[in-house]
Amino acid sequence: MIELILEERCAACNKCVEICPTNVLAIAPDRIPRIARQEECETCFMCELYCPHDAIYVGPDCEKPQPVDKGAILVSGLLGEFRRNHGWDEWANDPHYTNEHWQMENVFLRARDLVKAGQ
Amino acid sequence: MSISSSGDTLHLEADVLIIGGGLAGTWAAAAARQAGASVILADKGYCGTSGVTATAGPGHWWVPPDPPELRENAIRNRQKSGFGINDPEWMARVLAKTWESLPTLHGFYDFSKDETGATRYRELRGPEYMRALRKIVDSLGVTVLDHCPALELLQRPDGSVSGARGIRRQKGGAWQVNAGAVVLATGGTSFLSRLLGSHTNTGDGYLMAAEAGAELSGMEFTNYYTVALAGTNMTRSMSYAFATYYDEDGNRLPIPPGPDIIRPLAAAMLKGKVFCDLSRTPEDIRAKVPIISPNFMLPFRRWDIDPYRDKFEVTMHGEGTVRGIGGLRIVSEDCGTSVPGLYAAGDAATRELVAGAISGGGNVNSAWAVSSGQWAGEGATRFAVRQRGRDSGRPIGQAGLRPVSQHAVDLRATLSVVQNEMLSYDKNIFRAGEKLKRSGEVLDDIWKIFRAHALGNGADVLRTRETAAMLATARWSAASALARDESRGMHQRDDRPQTDARLEHRILVGGLDKVWTSGDRSRPLELAS
Repeated sequence: MIELILEERCAACNKCVEICPTNVLAIAPDRIPRIARQEECETCFMCELYCPHDAIYVGPDCEKPQPVDKGAILVSGLLGEFRRNHGWDEWANDPHYTNEHWQMENVFLRARDLVKAGQ
Repeated sequence: MSISSSGDTLHLEADVLIIGGGLAGTWAAAAARQAGASVILADKGYCGTSGVTATAGPGHWWVPPDPPELRENAIRNRQKSGFGINDPEWMARVLAKTWESLPTLHGFYDFSKDETGATRYRELRGPEYMRALRKIVDSLGVTVLDHCPALELLQRPDGSVSGARGIRRQKGGAWQVNAGAVVLATGGTSFLSRLLGSHTNTGDGYLMAAEAGAELSGMEFTNYYTVALAGTNMTRSMSYAFATYYDEDGNRLPIPPGPDIIRPLAAAMLKGKVFCDLSRTPEDIRAKVPIISPNFMLPFRRWDIDPYRDKFEVTMHGEGTVRGIGGLRIVSEDCGTSVPGLYAAGDAATRELVAGAISGGGNVNSAWAVSSGQWAGEGATRFAVRQRGRDSGRPIGQAGLRPVSQHAVDLRATLSVVQNEMLSYDKNIFRAGEKLKRSGEVLDDIWKIFRAHALGNGADVLRTRETAAMLATARWSAASALARDESRGMHQRDDRPQTDARLEHRILVGGLDKVWTSGDRSRPLELAS
């Protein structure tokens, strides 16, 4: 579930409020958006992907909140990792993050070949 | 399109209303617009992130037209694996439509090239795919209503559907769209199982259509499950192709490789915790996983688990009618339902026509969404042209909106009964007649109370209707599974292990206060070619 919107990074563009499919967030006048309905979060990570400022942290637990230490998250290297691996925004032309989703079928074939080879 | 407003209700008019803005809904909106209709698309969440495609990566059913034997063989194989209830003509139509459709995303989706330099159209990454479709519907002039869940359909005196109404959950108040025809692209339902991306998919379209008199089909095929790291919803399956499973004592479980892991894994999970590692994954694939499926590693990284080295506990999340197959019955080649002016696309419709009695998985289901979406959008446009005037019909929602007498009904408790009957491995995977009969009785009992007394108020109205939809869907599923008195495809009955040739037909289901089932003897579905 979404755990943090980091004030130090958030530009209050409210993009996350717009794109959250389950309407977890709310606009707060002259402030950063508020996590208004955390229990509705479906842990889809879409807010992280759409946040150009890497200001959001979603915890993996999809059943209950799991509070995290903000300082630890800020230095963890986890913020923005998802958006970078997707090659979004400023990462679009970085050859390390080329979209290789098309390899999915090959991966399944490799797994099948391993089984055939008895490994 | 015209706009007016009375009180706190936004009134809109359009030729075609699309309900649901996921994969099928966006393709439907684009096709209706290109056929000349004015189009409104209402999404419960945000069109672009809502639904199960946005968190996934569909690899459409994709077979080249030349040489023709390729498609003939693909169809023949699928007929065999679909256990006789799919239809070769629909399969051919879907293969052709998908093949011609995906290249039209050029300019909106940044297609990858493989090592031979060939453009890869087939496998599209979910968030990018849905972002592209959102850009397409915006560029075509579709009016998109985000965060506008539909609550009920409107119906004309002649029985045809004339629009819908719902709530504006960010802007406040209500909306009503009077339309010539309506496409339901509301997705399937996982009964809120915590399947990735399915939280908005609560079967609303099934309930709304049934209230208008529509039938469903294939609702017994609702028992596909997908593995995830315990405590998470990360049901991305690719990396589990290399999984090794263990019991609580660390003994390796004899789970056969391949697709048939659900029953043996469920049997093991009923005995105790099941663990897994991905140590068989080749090094070069490990390095690529973050740029193939970027979300897969997120939970492991954040919990500091190395899945290639550590054993981690796994669970399975039920897919309901998502990777299951059932949905609204399709009665015409333009994806019309049995109600005039009401069309169904994607997981809101039955996918038996193409998938048969086994899961459509990502391939067949996404090809179906692309194709059925466009056929439904075009069909709705033709219906709207014939329908002169935009006179408003009557709102027809029942359970949760118009109770006989209002008493408080516990939504959480109701959902928990539905989930217990529809998701528990014991009842839903290891099916038997007696268990299904009992499920039907339990669900009927709570339906009676819910129908008579539940009334959604204010912010509760959406969850009330969602709960009603899941409860109704569960009843159709239990009744269909009981009526299919045999084992076929994903539907395995421990008390009827054989396939019965007399049941080689689709099973229809419907009804609200009284659920009925019947055999669909009309196959093969007639196609005016």
